[in-house]
Amino acid sequence: MSIEQHDVRHLARLAKLALDEPDIPALATELARIVEYVAELAAVDTTGVEPWLPGAVPAAPLRPDTPARGLSAELALDQAPRRRERAFAVPAFVDDE
Amino acid sequence: MVQYEPVIGLEIHAQLRTRTKLFCACPAEYGAEPNEHVCPTCLGLPGALPVLNQSAVELAVRAALALECQIAERSVFARKNYFYPDSPKGYQISQYTEPIALGGALTIDVEGQARRIGITRVHMEEDAGKSVHGAAGDSLIDLNRAGVPLIEIVSEPELYSSTEAAAYMKALRDVLVYLGVNDGNLEQGSLRCDANVSLRPVGSTTLGTRAELKNLNSFRFLARAIEVEIARQTSVLDGGGQVVQETRSYDPERNLTRSLRSKEDAHDYRYFPDPDLPPLRLDAAWISAERARVGELPRAKRQRYEAELGLPAATAATLTAHPATARLFEAALARLDQPVLVANWIVTEVLRGAELHGIDARFTVSAEQLAELLGLLADGRINGAQAKEVFAAMENTARQPGDVVAERGMQRLSGEALRPLCVAAIADSPSQAAAYRAGKRNILGYFVGRVMKASGGAADAKAVSELLEALLAE
Repeated sequence: MSIEQHDVRHLARLAKLALDEPDIPALATELARIVEYVAELAAVDTTGVEPWLPGAVPAAPLRPDTPARGLSAELALDQAPRRRERAFAVPAFVDDE
Repeated sequence: MVQYEPVIGLEIHAQLRTRTKLFCACPAEYGAEPNEHVCPTCLGLPGALPVLNQSAVELAVRAALALECQIAERSVFARKNYFYPDSPKGYQISQYTEPIALGGALTIDVEGQARRIGITRVHMEEDAGKSVHGAAGDSLIDLNRAGVPLIEIVSEPELYSSTEAAAYMKALRDVLVYLGVNDGNLEQGSLRCDANVSLRPVGSTTLGTRAELKNLNSFRFLARAIEVEIARQTSVLDGGGQVVQETRSYDPERNLTRSLRSKEDAHDYRYFPDPDLPPLRLDAAWISAERARVGELPRAKRQRYEAELGLPAATAATLTAHPATARLFEAALARLDQPVLVANWIVTEVLRGAELHGIDARFTVSAEQLAELLGLLADGRINGAQAKEVFAAMENTARQPGDVVAERGMQRLSGEALRPLCVAAIADSPSQAAAYRAGKRNILGYFVGRVMKASGGAADAKAVSELLEALLAE
């Protein structure tokens, strides 16, 4: 499978990564090798094999709708690189959602 | 010139009225201090595992059943991958190829015509956090809303005007609020609407290229945004251009839509089943039991009030506009079987002082108080003016109407109690009495008026009239 340079740019945009333009050809080659390696799995015949379910749990357990205290805002915000009063601070962005 | 018709489909996100978030026990309530309701799961901290909220599943199923959907006995949660500052995990847990419900319909009424609008699917997902901009080079993130349970309700592209689109959203809101699934607060964002709008030549059956309008958070904005988008697409096509598939945002101040992202930036969500969540399995018997619990929906209720209770359309619409109003009406009706009387009093007196906000409702009287009061009125024990006085006296109190009537000496005068008043009225006005006896029958009203005044309004006018006629004929 070949990965073109425009694929790398597209993936970088989705991953919000700022790549240096000179690195892109090498990344395209490396990504292609990774995809080829993973694609070897496709050689396994999975006819009639049910998809694996996490932890062999057949159905999602359900939780009663009872509130419980999580983390304090102080503790939660303490883990963040930057904060402003009671909020997580990130570089300014414009909503596009 | 080619004539175009608009084709509209709506995607509505409704917040489920649970106490906790979809996958963790953090409170889901609105209005807390920023980041007060967070835990390792909704913060996306490593090792934290999601556990599904049972109540959210019940509410989602109830909504889907009311929308006549097929409930899936097996549905699967998937990760919708994208990086955005308000999504701490780097993905949103949603449902994709196997949603909880498929294929339903919602009936709307537009200009007196009923139309069934297809529902493509209903799926469960978690909400993102909230961002606040404009803080000196920073955007600020509050994750209280991250992980709050939503359902997304996707309609078929079967709405053909902004009026129909607004009617659909209104009808959907009514259903969800009735079911107790959603609180109906558009201004707090608990019901959010995106619209897919495209044009096609009249007579064509293929869909044109659509634009997606985001976050149309009031019925008025929804209709206006669709109208300006239809006008924009029409001028693009009339000018020989092509509509580009893109996301657009409505700017209410300038009344236009503008492009949010180009096709090149279109999201590539790379959905896959969430390995942290086994499939949701629902028992067929449980689904049947839930179906039985859905109850009467607002549109059916409105029709029943008109057809079976004989209420005018406007009254039926007012009574069913809020579930609490309908409950009050039905509770009062169970005690006093006089639909028109009860309905008219609710529409005029009761709703005047009522506070209705989203799903919350507060009335100044109870159904019991109202029914007892109207029973006294219907039995002729008090008249209309007195009933209003009693109503005012018992508002926001637990007082019983009968007690107020007794305390204020409001027993209505009738029968023999009226005789002295009528005799006095005739004796005081001999010339009018002579005129009546000489054939001027319409002078009777003069006597009735005098007796009513003498009784302080407590006399039964009909009984007074009859007694006066008898006395004057003697």
